[in-house]
Amino acid sequence: MNAAAKPSKLIKGATGDWEIVIGMEIHAQVTSQSKLFSGASTEFGGDPNDHVSLVDAAMPGMLPVINEECIKQAVRTGLGLKAQINLRSTFDRKNYFYPDLPQGYQISQFKSPIVGEGVVIVDVTPTEQITVGVERLHLEQDAGKSLHDQSPTDSFVDLNRSGVALMEIVSKPDMHSADEAKAYVSKLRTILRYLGTCDGNMEQGSLRADVNVSVRRPGEPLGTRCEIKNVNSIRFIGQAIEVEARRQIGIIEDGGKIDQETRLFDPGRGETRSMRSKEEAHDYRYFPDPDLLPLEFDQTFVDDLARGLPELPDEKKARFMRDYGLPAYDAGVLVMERASADFYEEIAKGRDAKAAANWVINELFGRLNKEGLDITASPVSAAQLGAIVDLIGEGTISGKIAKDLFEIVWMERGADPRALVEERGMKQVTDTGAIEAAVDEIIAANPDKVEQAKAKPTMLGWFVGQVMKQTGGKANPQSVNDLLKRKLGI
Amino acid sequence: MTDVTRLTLAEARDALQSKKLSATELTQAHLSAIEKARALNAYIVETPDQALAMAKASDEKLAKGQGGPLEGIPLGIKDLYATKGVHTQSCSHILDGFKPAYESTVTSQLWRDGAVMLGKLNMDEFAMGSSNETSYYGPVASPWLPKGRDGAWARQQLAGDKKGLLVPGGSSGGSAAAVAAHLCLGATASDTGGSIRQPAAFTGTVGIKPTYGRCSRWGMVAFASSLDQAGPIARTVRDCAIMLRSMAGHDPKDATSIDAPVPNYEESLGRSIKGKKIGIPKEYRVEGMSAEIEKLWSDGIAFLKAAGAEIVDISLPHTKTALPAYYIVAPAEASSNLARYDGVRYGLRVPGKDISDMYEKTRRAGFGSEVRRRIMIGTYVLSAGYYDAYYVRAQKIRTLIKRDFELAYAQGIDAILTPATPSAAFGIGEKGSADPVEMYLNDVFTVTVNMAGLPGIAVPAGLSADGLPLGLQLIGRPFDEETLFSIAGVIEEAAGRTVLPQAWW
Repeated sequence: MNAAAKPSKLIKGATGDWEIVIGMEIHAQVTSQSKLFSGASTEFGGDPNDHVSLVDAAMPGMLPVINEECIKQAVRTGLGLKAQINLRSTFDRKNYFYPDLPQGYQISQFKSPIVGEGVVIVDVTPTEQITVGVERLHLEQDAGKSLHDQSPTDSFVDLNRSGVALMEIVSKPDMHSADEAKAYVSKLRTILRYLGTCDGNMEQGSLRADVNVSVRRPGEPLGTRCEIKNVNSIRFIGQAIEVEARRQIGIIEDGGKIDQETRLFDPGRGETRSMRSKEEAHDYRYFPDPDLLPLEFDQTFVDDLARGLPELPDEKKARFMRDYGLPAYDAGVLVMERASADFYEEIAKGRDAKAAANWVINELFGRLNKEGLDITASPVSAAQLGAIVDLIGEGTISGKIAKDLFEIVWMERGADPRALVEERGMKQVTDTGAIEAAVDEIIAANPDKVEQAKAKPTMLGWFVGQVMKQTGGKANPQSVNDLLKRKLGI
Repeated sequence: MTDVTRLTLAEARDALQSKKLSATELTQAHLSAIEKARALNAYIVETPDQALAMAKASDEKLAKGQGGPLEGIPLGIKDLYATKGVHTQSCSHILDGFKPAYESTVTSQLWRDGAVMLGKLNMDEFAMGSSNETSYYGPVASPWLPKGRDGAWARQQLAGDKKGLLVPGGSSGGSAAAVAAHLCLGATASDTGGSIRQPAAFTGTVGIKPTYGRCSRWGMVAFASSLDQAGPIARTVRDCAIMLRSMAGHDPKDATSIDAPVPNYEESLGRSIKGKKIGIPKEYRVEGMSAEIEKLWSDGIAFLKAAGAEIVDISLPHTKTALPAYYIVAPAEASSNLARYDGVRYGLRVPGKDISDMYEKTRRAGFGSEVRRRIMIGTYVLSAGYYDAYYVRAQKIRTLIKRDFELAYAQGIDAILTPATPSAAFGIGEKGSADPVEMYLNDVFTVTVNMAGLPGIAVPAGLSADGLPLGLQLIGRPFDEETLFSIAGVIEEAAGRTVLPQAWW
């Protein structure tokens, strides 16, 4: 049984507190050159029906042949989820009629999935961590797409996606708030991207979530759940859960009952609505696909794949905390994307790791977010940002000047920060003689302020500001402080 | 040479190799015979242009001494094999107008080895039937005549509804009839529950269903994937052996095909069967078995004894459960395999007011009643609440049937001898109209072999009191088709080659 929610996660209804229980089925498109059972390309885009083999179109007499790369990707993912890898699994047919399902059945794994139970450690906030259980992971075929907007009278079918391999990752009902659910999907996506088994691109549909939501009074048995199908952004997942939970609470508090059903989230209206009625409830008539033998491999196959796995986010985070002395939050933020972590490490090696983290997280990520850029498209390279951190560390530039320098490097791509500092005279003045002259000048010009400062030492800040202004921000702040204290006698 | 269509495949091959005969001449003779035999309805499509072009190419190769093992041999192809650019409908209306852009693995291997395609052969719709009467293209008449009937009477029946003429069996009825009527030297067939062996037995021809996985299913219109297997029907055991060698082999496009070398089956003909242990399963002595079938069986035993084989009584205790279990497994798979015929991408489409209406109208018009019946049975047995009671139990029975055979083979049995069918051929329109089970009972001796995935061969071994051919079945160990050919060869020789009917059509 799943753990109860913390009191802080409960939501208030008109008649008392309610607990939300959330489980998720994530459909993740396997990164592979070709489809699960055919040689057709999995490339996104292209004209409709460009990537369709005879098998994908379910021509008479065509047979599925399993793509070994997809199997490897599923096993890698299972290993990344610390899950049980099943050395024997089977493929079943899920039978239903739909124009975008050419075979009239989807090949899936119903009874014996390739991956069993696993876990995902999720950071919900910098201080709150939860563990979400994975029930199973199985492989299945994606369907094609019906196009209803091409003609006033006819619908068309695009089979480019038909037969593309999906991993369905089923969680246990271990989440209790929209934030937890969002953090889970985000973490799962991070793991998949690290593994290179799914690109996690939700806009292109590479990652979709079916969200199961139910509500109950704290401590009571699970309520009836509704499944919200095909939610395609993390933000929408959060919104869908909020509105669905509110809807269910409203119904129950009004004395009604929740019908177990499939619903669709409409982000425009901010509501969920019923997708199909019970009369149309499908009987999928699952049975083992006789065209495919049970999938069997040995432990060596799994061990070989395990050896080839990259360092995963949890391990990387622990290492960053241990080796670079980073706080958990910083480490967590840096490992979210493998590319960011690599970028950070390139800077941190042989430098002040904490300072490097601050620069990456605050300046670089801040700026990238503002511009909507990915780390791989960063105009500032790791070498450049490393040079900036070096310049601060050496005392060549002040932190304030460093921010200006960062801006220049950002705008003038490819420039060498060290050369820029030289060319533009941004060097910090550490020559005490020059600083002393400026200090003396300020003191001489402001005798009243000198008196005030002697009575109230916090006035020192005003003097520091004046000296920095005088030196164009280039004076070493520490030297300025020391000199002022001495000269003012405070 | 007077009539080259009377040659066996092996004789024709030798004549072609020694240039006593040209492929063009041989093909032309068959094309003429087919034209004259149209009323039998064995061929639903004739491909004379293609046949002559292939024959010409074969003649060129033969002239250069480069011919393949089947160079210049004219064959008929069952309609469920995908043949590129040529009508491929599994004799169903739902595949109306379908001409694939691809060639099945089995037929490509035949063409690779030099064979010539004469046309597509009639069959029960989607291979569902035991009399070839479920074909959308109508029944096939057997070249064999009922007792006391002459050619004049038979020609009259042919011109009408064919009632009273004999069925060639099914589902490979067109294949068996074409071979028996000398309309090809051999034909491809397929066997899901007996569809090669039963028509072979009904027409005095030889048919082998090899071990499941021996031939690729790629490009064969599927009926029941775990049971379907390709095989040949020909006039002699040797001819079947020659054809199977070309048809068999591993295919990476079929995950259930086996990666094992294909022997030269012809070499197993004439091998001594001395000391071979032949199992006689008591459960095949079914209640009400006719005296002539009993006699056929004991004649077979005597032939093998005389050749030095050892006869051993064995028990296959789950035999009687095979037919009911088969009629759960096969329709279950069929109900799913036939879901792709939905009017969306190819074949027949009957417009409807919405997508469901289109599906319903298309499938109603496209499938015949036997196919609809099996789709309904299959859908029912896979439904929630019935799955465990039917499908799961049938699979368990299947395991038990398989184990029966394994135990027998573990005792040292080399092959099992049974009758191929419970009776000789019956008349068109005679069976199954009131009770479909009456028709299903035709497969009682053959379905066990499909359920166990084993090889089985039907070989003519005598005539009924009415002068109609009767066949014996030999069941072998997995992938031991060679032993079957050796033993079948002995029966063929002992029984004497069946004298096939003279053309009355």
